[in-house]
Amino acid sequence: MLKILRDLLRHNRGFAGGVFLLGFVLSIAALSFVSPYNPLDSYVVPPDMPPGWPHVLGTTSRGQDVFWMLTFAIRNTLAFGLLVALISRVLSLVIGLVAGYAGGWVDRLLMSINDTFIVIPLFPILVLFYFVMRDKMSWVALAGVMACLGWAYDARLIRSVAMSLRTREFTETSIFSGMSVPQILVKEHLPYVLPIVFSTTMNNINWSIGLEVTLSVLGFTDINTPTIGSMIYWANQHTAMVAGVWWWIAFPVALVIMTFLGLFLLAVSMNEFIDPRSRLGRGKE
Amino acid sequence: MKSYAAYLLRRFGQFVLVMFIGMNVAFVVTHATPIDPVEQSIAAATSFGSTSPEAIAMMRESLRELYGLQGGIWEQYVGFWKRVVVLDFGPSLSAFPTPVSTLIWRALPWTVGLLLVSTAITWVLGNLLGGLAGYLHNNRTLNVTGLLVMGFHPIPYYIVALLLLIVFGYVWPVLPITGGAQMNMARGWNFDFVVSVVKHSVLPVLSLVMVGLGGWFMGMRSLVSNIVSEDYVVYAELGGVAKSRILRSYVMRNALVPQVTGLAMSLGGIFNGAIITEQVFGYPGIGALMIDAVHAGDYSLVLGLTSVSIVAVSAAVLLIDMLYPLLDPRVKLA
Repeated sequence: MLKILRDLLRHNRGFAGGVFLLGFVLSIAALSFVSPYNPLDSYVVPPDMPPGWPHVLGTTSRGQDVFWMLTFAIRNTLAFGLLVALISRVLSLVIGLVAGYAGGWVDRLLMSINDTFIVIPLFPILVLFYFVMRDKMSWVALAGVMACLGWAYDARLIRSVAMSLRTREFTETSIFSGMSVPQILVKEHLPYVLPIVFSTTMNNINWSIGLEVTLSVLGFTDINTPTIGSMIYWANQHTAMVAGVWWWIAFPVALVIMTFLGLFLLAVSMNEFIDPRSRLGRGKE
Repeated sequence: MKSYAAYLLRRFGQFVLVMFIGMNVAFVVTHATPIDPVEQSIAAATSFGSTSPEAIAMMRESLRELYGLQGGIWEQYVGFWKRVVVLDFGPSLSAFPTPVSTLIWRALPWTVGLLLVSTAITWVLGNLLGGLAGYLHNNRTLNVTGLLVMGFHPIPYYIVALLLLIVFGYVWPVLPITGGAQMNMARGWNFDFVVSVVKHSVLPVLSLVMVGLGGWFMGMRSLVSNIVSEDYVVYAELGGVAKSRILRSYVMRNALVPQVTGLAMSLGGIFNGAIITEQVFGYPGIGALMIDAVHAGDYSLVLGLTSVSIVAVSAAVLLIDMLYPLLDPRVKLA
């Protein structure tokens, strides 16, 4: 495992770039634990200060230090993405593996439901969800709903691998040696789909962070928890762009773009690594 | 022909299932809340203006019925479906006596137009560029284009739209940044109005295209680079078939088949993007209507819009599935 990582870092520029960007973003998030300010306090520093010492990235119109605010925001945003990815991974793994293994009507039924979830327009449903929850809307509830709606595409990928695993000889051997279906799925098939799970996790985190940012920018989430989206929301509320307080919006946007690019590069380079055909193609060039 | 009918029937079943599940999700979401939605909606809808007591009583009545809070959960469920089937969601609360359906019909053409144009541009351009990049994989210009296109891909719609707004609104103000057309102009099919509509749609379309292009580009590139190593392409190349012909008839055509499936699958996502874009650019479509409805606490409008978007997206998917066999003859046999 370590050797693979080292090879990837050395030979795959996309992977190295992704690791670098994510490392940077993560270290910013880690700094939130040593922040001198409480993220929920306002008017602790002079408002509207441009970037400079001691407020490196300036201060907001609410009297918060942009840099330290950002450390909390990115930490919560990343945690949100991870939570959604974690829950939806479990769903997509179970459904993908079972559908691929069982085949027949089980497969048809599961895939019909799956296709449905792929095409349903999520955004109106999430807005409806916020609309009925209002003040009871919490960060965890939103993550739960998004996870329930965001597993479908990856379940399809996992199923396609599981289908080919089903026809391999070792599956037959395991059946004849008396393994139960759950045992086969977990012990024999799971290891083969794990690489896909990792690379889809990156995409899923990106997807959920993107939706969260979008929803909070519109004010459709719990805007009192500091996230990248709620930071932009408050900046918009104080018309930061018009007032010339550009640093309030620019730095969160820059940081979230870094996160996206980092995760995206990791996902792409891992995909390339997993797919033997594109690996062969690279060898030729 | 018979197998095409069977195929259609199956796809239609899928369409019904999508609507069924989508609506059920909406029903569960609205009924799983511990809050009394009626009082809350009324409070939100009447907090700004001075609404007469009779109007409030009327609202409460229509809301009780709309939420289907009379009777048991089963009756509520049946009532919910009745409204969805006839697309009647009662009067809007924020624009009080106007029916929800009127508001939706007014906004729908804008969103549909925006989506059609941007989806068409994104799909054609993405597949063309991706196909070329996969076929001529040592071309510098194409590789640089690819990097640019893929760089925008993971950025959420909101942020790309915001960047465009800053660039074309403040730095280099050449294009209108808000609205669907010039305000004081007569609506109709005259030249000036159409020009104004087109001008106002440039930035919204651009933001959707910029985000969407990368996905199609990447998909097409990897499909094509797999196909070019297939035996029949190698054989055609050795046999001296013109390169342009190989690309057009042998490579692109085969790679397009999965891309059409992808188009159907991505529609829900495109719809999400359109809503954000409309909000940022103040475009008078479904998305802007929805956001206003939420802020005004207009439950009937929110529910109506959610239902209409589910129906519209699943209908569009059905349409694409119906056209699919024209491209891929194998579908008929399957």
